[in-house]
Amino acid sequence: MFSILRTIWYVFLHAFQKRVTVQYPEEKPYLAPRYRGRIILSRDPDGGERCVACNLCAVACPVGCIALQATEDEKGRRYPEFFRINFSRCIFCGYCEEACPTYAIQLTPDFEMGEFHRHNLVYEKHDLLIDGPGKHPGYNFWRVAGVQIGGKDKGAAAHESPPVDVRSLLP
Amino acid sequence: MTSQYPLLSILGIVIVALSIAAFLIYVERRLLALWQDRYGPNRTGPFGLLQVVADAIKMFMKEDWVPPFADKPVFILAPSVIFVTVLMAFAVLPVAPGIIVADLNIGLLFFLAMSSLGVYSVVLAGWSSDNKYALLGGMRAAAQMLSYEVFMGLSLMGVIVLAGSFSLSAIVEAQRKIWFVIPQFPGFVLFLIAGFAETRRIPFDLSEAESELVAGYHSEYSGMKFGMFFVGEYMGVTLISGMISILFFGGWLGPVLPGVVWFLIKTFFFISIFVLVRAALPRPRFDQLMSWSWKVMLPLALVNVLLAGAAVLSRSR
Repeated sequence: MFSILRTIWYVFLHAFQKRVTVQYPEEKPYLAPRYRGRIILSRDPDGGERCVACNLCAVACPVGCIALQATEDEKGRRYPEFFRINFSRCIFCGYCEEACPTYAIQLTPDFEMGEFHRHNLVYEKHDLLIDGPGKHPGYNFWRVAGVQIGGKDKGAAAHESPPVDVRSLLP
Repeated sequence: MTSQYPLLSILGIVIVALSIAAFLIYVERRLLALWQDRYGPNRTGPFGLLQVVADAIKMFMKEDWVPPFADKPVFILAPSVIFVTVLMAFAVLPVAPGIIVADLNIGLLFFLAMSSLGVYSVVLAGWSSDNKYALLGGMRAAAQMLSYEVFMGLSLMGVIVLAGSFSLSAIVEAQRKIWFVIPQFPGFVLFLIAGFAETRRIPFDLSEAESELVAGYHSEYSGMKFGMFFVGEYMGVTLISGMISILFFGGWLGPVLPGVVWFLIKTFFFISIFVLVRAALPRPRFDQLMSWSWKVMLPLALVNVLLAGAAVLSRSR
């Protein structure tokens, strides 16, 4: 009997406590830098697309919301012909970001992407691609990769020595 | 003492009772939120006051579906029963001297009778729905009413003995010297508990019991028929709060402010108590509910009647 009255009293005392509600549209919640929100595709510091269309993100995606088609430009750089994320299926798990070998696909602290029509949640490449390098400012995949592309021969990448001619006897 | 303008009183009490009941939907949500450290509805209109209007529009727009397996006439009639009985009970509620629809000399008995009739609504709703959860809810409501009506009536006997009348205006007038809550404190506590059971509010909402019976007796109801149960429940809360303030807290009596204001303040205080208890207490098991009623409350009520009678007898010697 006493515990019932005590419960009622303690609940009443909650009237004088601070409310925990965040009044959302006026008052934005703090989102950590690593918050997993809207997905973007980043660019190299020199402005080229980072994505090499390796399909690892599409494979890693547990709900299969990523679709892309690989192609090559005249310099021999692979890039996605189209890159499509269906955000009505995306669960924002971040596996695509973890799978990405070039830091191209990244999740951002933004969740305000509500739409009235479901088909508006299908984001194409021009919706996803941003102008900057995102979370990895100095990283340039084609400058550290050993692959030969137009304008960069084998061995010309950063931290790379020129290729050794194994048939030559010269030191 | 009858009303000078009966039609005006009728209209006023019906309109005020209905709008208070509708307003309570908002008040309860805001108060519950306050006690749970939230805000509650605060978006529609200033302070969310238009939430009531929004809810009403939603309720009217909803499909009013009658299940094909239901007993149609009873199913349709059941929600109106609770509405009518509660409104009938409001007829004997003296808001202030002269503001009363019918000042019966058996007003208290009429109130008890009407609030007991209200249970038919729940039982018929549960029966006609032809749904096992609804039926279980209806059966629980019937058993609960049977056991709680008994000591509800008995808890008021002390007040009647002290006031010497069944008329609610006379009971209020008898409290000029001292509110009955002081000599009749056990009666007040018993009536409060019985009032919770009578309105089927949270500690005693076994007939609804969302976690066990879907929604109990109104599982099959939708649209405005469900709204009738909803508003009926809130009117019941208003009625019981008004009755508590009349029977134990001197109704319209109070200094400075006019009687109507005092009555509304007291009523609203007890409505807040109803909400506070809802915010605080869990629902007991059904057998606990029944055994408390018969093994604890009823004997206490009888002892209370005995003591009150003895006190009055010894004073009259």
